[in-house]
Amino acid sequence: MASLGSACLALAFLAAVSAAAIALYGRNGERRWIDLSRRVVYGFAALLTVCVVVIEIAFANNDFSFNIVQQHSSLETPAFYKLAAMWSSQEGSLLLWAWVLSLGSSLALYATRRRLREIVPWATAVMMGVAAFFTGLMLFAPDVNPFATLSPAPADGIGLNPLLQHPSMMIHPPMLYSGYVATTIPFAFAIGALVTRRLDAEWVRATRRFALVGWAFLGFGLLLGARWSYTELGWGGYWAWDPVENAALMPWLVGTAFLHSIMVQEKRGMLKVWNVCLVVGTFSLALLGTFLVRSGVLQSIHAFGDNTVGPYILALIAVVLIGSTALIVSRLDDLRSPKRIDSLISREAVFLVNNLLLVGLTAVIFWGTFFPLISELFTGQKASLAAPWFDRYTTPLAILLVLFTGIGPLLAWRRVTWASAKRIFLAPLAIAAVATVLLALVTDAAHKPWALALFAFAAFALAGIGQEFWKGAAARRRLSGGSMAGALIALVSRNRRRYGGYIVHVGIAVMLIGIAASSSFQTNRDVTLRPGQSTVIDGRKVTYVRPTAKVDSLAFTAGALLRVDEGSKSFDLETDRRFYRPTGVETGTISSFFDGEADTDVGLQAGLSHDFWTAVQPNITGVQRRARAADKGFQACVSGGPGTPPQCKAVGAMMRAAAANPALRSTALAQISSLQEATAKRIAATYLHEPAPATFKVIVNPLVTWMWIGGLIALCGAIIAIWPSRGRRRGSPVRTEADALKEAKYREIRDAELDHAAGKLSDEDYAILDAELRKEAVQILDQVGGEREKVEQS
Amino acid sequence: MDPQRKRKIRLVVALSVAVLLSVALIYTSFTASTQAKEPSELLAAAPGTSYDMTGKVVPGSIQHQGHGIAFMVKDRDGSGRSLPVTYSGAVPDPFRGGREIVLTGEMEGGTFVGEPETLVTKCPSKFTTKSDG
Repeated sequence: MASLGSACLALAFLAAVSAAAIALYGRNGERRWIDLSRRVVYGFAALLTVCVVVIEIAFANNDFSFNIVQQHSSLETPAFYKLAAMWSSQEGSLLLWAWVLSLGSSLALYATRRRLREIVPWATAVMMGVAAFFTGLMLFAPDVNPFATLSPAPADGIGLNPLLQHPSMMIHPPMLYSGYVATTIPFAFAIGALVTRRLDAEWVRATRRFALVGWAFLGFGLLLGARWSYTELGWGGYWAWDPVENAALMPWLVGTAFLHSIMVQEKRGMLKVWNVCLVVGTFSLALLGTFLVRSGVLQSIHAFGDNTVGPYILALIAVVLIGSTALIVSRLDDLRSPKRIDSLISREAVFLVNNLLLVGLTAVIFWGTFFPLISELFTGQKASLAAPWFDRYTTPLAILLVLFTGIGPLLAWRRVTWASAKRIFLAPLAIAAVATVLLALVTDAAHKPWALALFAFAAFALAGIGQEFWKGAAARRRLSGGSMAGALIALVSRNRRRYGGYIVHVGIAVMLIGIAASSSFQTNRDVTLRPGQSTVIDGRKVTYVRPTAKVDSLAFTAGALLRVDEGSKSFDLETDRRFYRPTGVETGTISSFFDGEADTDVGLQAGLSHDFWTAVQPNITGVQRRARAADKGFQACVSGGPGTPPQCKAVGAMMRAAAANPALRSTALAQISSLQEATAKRIAATYLHEPAPATFKVIVNPLVTWMWIGGLIALCGAIIAIWPSRGRRRGSPVRTEADALKEAKYREIRDAELDHAAGKLSDEDYAILDAELRKEAVQILDQVGGEREKVEQS
Repeated sequence: MDPQRKRKIRLVVALSVAVLLSVALIYTSFTASTQAKEPSELLAAAPGTSYDMTGKVVPGSIQHQGHGIAFMVKDRDGSGRSLPVTYSGAVPDPFRGGREIVLTGEMEGGTFVGEPETLVTKCPSKFTTKSDG
């Protein structure tokens, strides 16, 4: 099996290299070379799929002759986590990277098989260059070959770290990796467009969906990571400005900027330089994220020790940055747009501001993340920046971002007159004002000006989007009749990209409300209680009812039962801490439970208004002391000194017999384990009656649930925006670039019509805009006709 | 005002705002940062200054003490004398003997006193099997 995998990996590397070479050979647009290179890319994807399947089968069958399986799984690892164990390893995550890239590249090339004839060869070369890099790493870098074997095969593996055994583990890393990988595709097409000087919006249109998919994956991966941290790691937070978190957030932010500014390029032909810079930035930051996870350069909870591939990834980042910069500089003349932004109150102007804010936010996070290195460079001292520093800059930027998120959708493209601006802004501003005054009077939001500002702007943004939906649906109903609900559905499904985007905005606004409320108005206390004692936290009576304890073959669990009285209702919460026996050891002492991993089971009562969160730190000093005493007693017992009880003598005799005769070994081990388990259970029982105080971390987190809800709303919005439109799904005939251009222009005319009907554009503005758009459409039609003739003649 | 001039003014304003902001960013980052030091360097450090201590927890040294814990740390490469540390507050799940930690705090009478909520323990990953044993 391992040799099959190795062979496929080697072939995959050859496939990637040859696909790139063939594509470059056919760079003049020769059909058969492009087709051939595309097919080789499909083959590359198939080969890597075989590699992944081989690894997964090895995990499923407990084939410990695979080094990767032996290191990351064991007989006891639950089946579900065996499948996910692949990407807990460095070699496995490299394979995942390459595999996802192979699938993404195939999909992108399939989608563009009849288009972009000049750009595709270069894009193929870039994608396969990156793919060859990652496959080559697995083949040639030390210690990262996923098909390394062990001979003879050990009987059992070390096992998957219990902290990683969480449902999120199944999806969180693949989501982030898919997000990182998806940024490769727009990057590759941008490079192709730069090389061939085909710098109109066509490469943007062809890869927009991939950029959006990558953005959604990355965002969802971040959300899952935050959720995991909140519910699983016993510190109660969801974001810590940890370097690796930041590393995933940065490409997401720049990707957000990119998704907005490409609209300006599509509609107005502007911001071309900016867009190629953003796409290069997103890809480089994604590589940097991959690098940071795999390197010990910065202190992080995620910095996974031994690192063998870091320097190579760093070299790739350098090549990408230097190469792209040189390419962009050499194409500056082609990138320059003759058009200017007409007015500061237009959608494109707001997009530009939002872009600057997002890039500013990224710059702040980048500086803070890499500050330890910067500081060492200038002062010779490693120094780091903590969360308060990040908050100081990111809070105002995020608040401004929400404000502009609210303004953007209300404005039309090109220009808006003051009169219509006033009309559009009136209702959302009024709603936001009322909401702010109410919040300031009724709640204690007034004490936290930043939070209040965010709530006000979020209310404005939500009201604005609500108005968009309302006016759009009303306009649609005037045009085609039907019910309001029907009009709303038709509106969204006919303008998926626009209204899907608005739904994303709703999600982000809701999410930021949750973040602002839970970070500004949270009650966070550490209390130490004895069983039976109570304390009052944020108006709630919290009672430590009794300790709990449990022992099984995997872990020693010590916990607590709490009762919380919240005025009218009361509920019980259980929280405990599991001390895992070290993995990969056949039998240890009882105290060895406390040398292994430990993890907290959080007690969480989630609600729409607030979460009650608690985690216990049991005082196990007594338990540990008794465990040590028991171990010592056991030692004395089996050594058979004077006065040992007869049962002891039997066990001792058995152990000596097992030492002489390996056949008896397993029986002896089983005997000892059961004896130990019984002792451990007795020790656990003593904990139940121990009056030792336990320390509890208690957090009352207002509105935090809305953060998760907002995230899911945003994800739904993204899916709506990604979903192919009806015509395309049915498999429309061959689209030429001019056809695509024509379609885009028609869509723009329709958008303007809708904006006019919804009252966003005044009659006068609409007349000017419509005339401009129609003129542009006629030009495109002429061009299409010209191309058709050319095709027919040839 | 002719548009050319207007655009130039806008550009100058935007650039100066950007420059001002980045100066603020750089200045605050140098003043707000805490220096990272290893336990052996901290043994001689002056009290009253906040440091980020990065070190390795000495196995078997963790003890419950009042509301918190007390333990010893050594330099990451395991060399040097060990430094006594006290910490009260939440302890992350991966915390245990032999783990690398980062903790913010000050020296008080030969002991490093950690600030609550600042204890970071490096994620135990199967990459580190060599050092984890």
